[in-house]
Amino acid sequence: MSDNSFDLIVLGGGPGGYVAAIRAAQLGMRTALVERDQLGGICLNWGCIPTKALLRTSEINHLLHHLDQFGFSARDVGFDAGKVVARSRAIAKQLSNGVGYLLKKNKVSVIAGTGRLIGKGRLAVEKDGKAVAELAAPHIVLATGARARSLPGLAPDGEQVWTYKEAMVPAAIPKSLLVVGSGAIGIEFASFYNDMGADVTIVELLERVLPVEDEEISAFARKAFEKEGIKIHTGATVAAFAQAGDRVTVPIEANGKKTSLDVEKVILAVGIVGNVEGIGLEGTGVEVERSHVVVDEWLRTGEPGVYAIGDLVGPPWLAHKASHEGVICVEHIAGLNDVHPLDLRNIPACTYCRPQVASVGLTERAAREAGYELKVGHFPFIGNGKALALGAPEGMVKTVFDAKTGELLGAHMVGAEVTELIQGYAIAKTLETTEAELIRTIFPHPTLSETMHEAVLDAYGRAIHF
Amino acid sequence: MPIEVLMPALSPTMTEGNLAKWLKHEGDEVHSGDVLAEIETDKATMEVEAVDDGRVGRILVPEGTQGVKVNQPIALLLGAGEELASSAPPTGPERTPAVAPTPVPPEEPHRATMVPPSSAPQSRGPADGAGNGRIFASPLARRMAQQAGVDLAVLTGSGPQGRIVKADIEKALSGTAIARAPAAAAAQAAPPPMPPASATPAASKERILALAGNPPYREQPLSAMRRVIARRLTEAKQTVPHFYLTIDCEIDELLKIRKELNSKSESYKISLNDFVIRAAALALCEVPAANASWSDDAILLWDTVDIAVAVALDDGLITPIVHHAERKGLAAIAKETKDLAARARSGKLKLEEFQGGTFSISNLGMYGVREFAAVINPPHGGILAVGSGEQRPVVKDGALAVATVMTCTLSCDHRAVDGAVGARFLAAFKRLVEDPLTMLL
Repeated sequence: MSDNSFDLIVLGGGPGGYVAAIRAAQLGMRTALVERDQLGGICLNWGCIPTKALLRTSEINHLLHHLDQFGFSARDVGFDAGKVVARSRAIAKQLSNGVGYLLKKNKVSVIAGTGRLIGKGRLAVEKDGKAVAELAAPHIVLATGARARSLPGLAPDGEQVWTYKEAMVPAAIPKSLLVVGSGAIGIEFASFYNDMGADVTIVELLERVLPVEDEEISAFARKAFEKEGIKIHTGATVAAFAQAGDRVTVPIEANGKKTSLDVEKVILAVGIVGNVEGIGLEGTGVEVERSHVVVDEWLRTGEPGVYAIGDLVGPPWLAHKASHEGVICVEHIAGLNDVHPLDLRNIPACTYCRPQVASVGLTERAAREAGYELKVGHFPFIGNGKALALGAPEGMVKTVFDAKTGELLGAHMVGAEVTELIQGYAIAKTLETTEAELIRTIFPHPTLSETMHEAVLDAYGRAIHF
Repeated sequence: MPIEVLMPALSPTMTEGNLAKWLKHEGDEVHSGDVLAEIETDKATMEVEAVDDGRVGRILVPEGTQGVKVNQPIALLLGAGEELASSAPPTGPERTPAVAPTPVPPEEPHRATMVPPSSAPQSRGPADGAGNGRIFASPLARRMAQQAGVDLAVLTGSGPQGRIVKADIEKALSGTAIARAPAAAAAQAAPPPMPPASATPAASKERILALAGNPPYREQPLSAMRRVIARRLTEAKQTVPHFYLTIDCEIDELLKIRKELNSKSESYKISLNDFVIRAAALALCEVPAANASWSDDAILLWDTVDIAVAVALDDGLITPIVHHAERKGLAAIAKETKDLAARARSGKLKLEEFQGGTFSISNLGMYGVREFAAVINPPHGGILAVGSGEQRPVVKDGALAVATVMTCTLSCDHRAVDGAVGARFLAAFKRLVEDPLTMLL
């Protein structure tokens, strides 16, 4: 076997790709990983992790401005945007190095460069226009991820009009900011900049913010955001910007009414497109549909021996989904017996705005449309001792059960730390518990998690504390 | 470390078997290739060989234990100078196999294991523990099964480690949706909710005793073969649309030729059934549409004629196969069926000798049965039920005469074989049987 022959090659070192590579190596495969930029991908370098570092900063900033609530007095609270960004970057760097170490420990060959399929089981790698290597393997896993979508006439310029990437490394906090799109990415930036003192406006095409979340959660979150001073236009579109000096004028049309907004910066967060170009898909059996690769339940593309995982293949665009797909794909290739396809209904989703939003499974509307008869439970954070003690009484938990079988169809949360709580429901769903086991489970007191218990009790008319 | 000897999978579909007999005992030295135990599988008895040298440290599953799951440890093998730790050995059925004791054909990927029935026989060994009778099912699956009146013990789990999950219940219910619908509707209308009648009814001992009114009884443990017969034939009768065609064949000429042939040599003895096999094989060649199996994707027309012949055993039946029957002469068929039947009765058939086939024949003529209709053995498209050859009055050219008549009934899978096809096969079969010289060509 030559040095360039492998059992499996992964193209892309994000949370899908590097996890797939490590799992393949664990299963005894000779594995290579090709990455054109930084290990850890967008998630670790320009997504999940650095934004969480920023949001921690903005949360602290918010707290510092409300210290009197807790009996403190403070004056002249300020921050240095450079240091805020530097902290975020340092954390990303530390984790990226960590991924490099993990790959090395698992004896995965990491090849820096841009990979491209060049025929059956072969991948050419080049860097800076020069050929680096030609690799061969019977199994090639594509994990090239996705990038921000831009709207016609509304192209980011990196100066006044930002994508997530520029928004993550601001030289200073702008005085005014427009966020186009109110999905997880848009809302997190809106929350960050608002808590850092910017005047933030959100424009959303659909009728509500966080449109994939349960309607009640969306409405609750919107109220909370507006209370924090964020201005929100839903059912609204933006037209081509007019840029003048360091100002951007954005025409907004909402409900037939035309207005215009003058801001310092614009962040475009209107979805993503898959990175399907330049990786040699042309002429192969790999099928691409609306910028994403079509795969079956085992992540196989239409080309034998070529697989695709993560953001490249379709929603939800979540790192943990990509990682799980990587594991499923590789374990299936290895012929393991106990491999199961991903169940989309069991993937939790988290948004780290303030208050946080987290959910798993079907929304109430989706469950009704699917024909279920429902039992729905609610519990507000205001009825929870720990939430009050934390000074975070704003929040709500909602559960959606199949009235017939007691299956937990969905759980939806908004409030402090709900992103850390949702896994409880994810475990419940994965194990296929019914309301009976959840009701019997002992939740510790005093914790925010008690709201989860009460929301289950409420669905069956048994809430104790509300 | 002691090496765990695991319950082997002797066929791709085997999920559990009975430990018929230990040929080595605790403390015995064993060498690679020694026969350790006999396993009673679906239909036959097979031997488990040691793949390592060593000494039998402990037998975990005593002989006579039924329903031993594949990959469950059945014994511990010690290396040279090794002693057994005093702690009780782990015996959970879900342990990851350390060593595969026998080169077994790989399980089909993602095929879930069958869950052992809850009515476990009493002869449990001490090491068998609680794990074996336990059904692994999610709480949701349990509730859905209870609501639908489905017995979890008859289901196959597709979840982690063969756990029964929601999808398995949904699958079980969808398979019987049509049969269940009226019962379910009735149950919903009735004020006190009754469990709807299920297409896979729970035939628990308690339920059967109650239905029978608790008369005195004794129990005969279910052998692996009995379970397979129950499962496969229930499936056949429920899922294969049977229809039946009956024809009378006069066999005086055939009996005469048989006698002549058998008197010519001591080296073979051709039975009436051998003629039936030969005639059926040739008739299937003439009407290939009858040598067919249904699949969801296409009707499969078999290129060879492999005839499964039902052989009665003390505790069930087995269907050894005469492969390529269309290419074999009467003497060859006679020799083969005799050998197969003898080995079937001693439980020594090899896997490939009783699994598969394209068509079946069941003959109860020797018991004086005049005619009967047999249950198709899937995936076969048909089975020929052969009655006894007896003298009967027949009308010939307007006059009463006496002839030896054998009545044969063909059961057809209507999805693959239509009435006219079945009739053409029977006509060809009858012609061959009544003009047996053509069979010798």
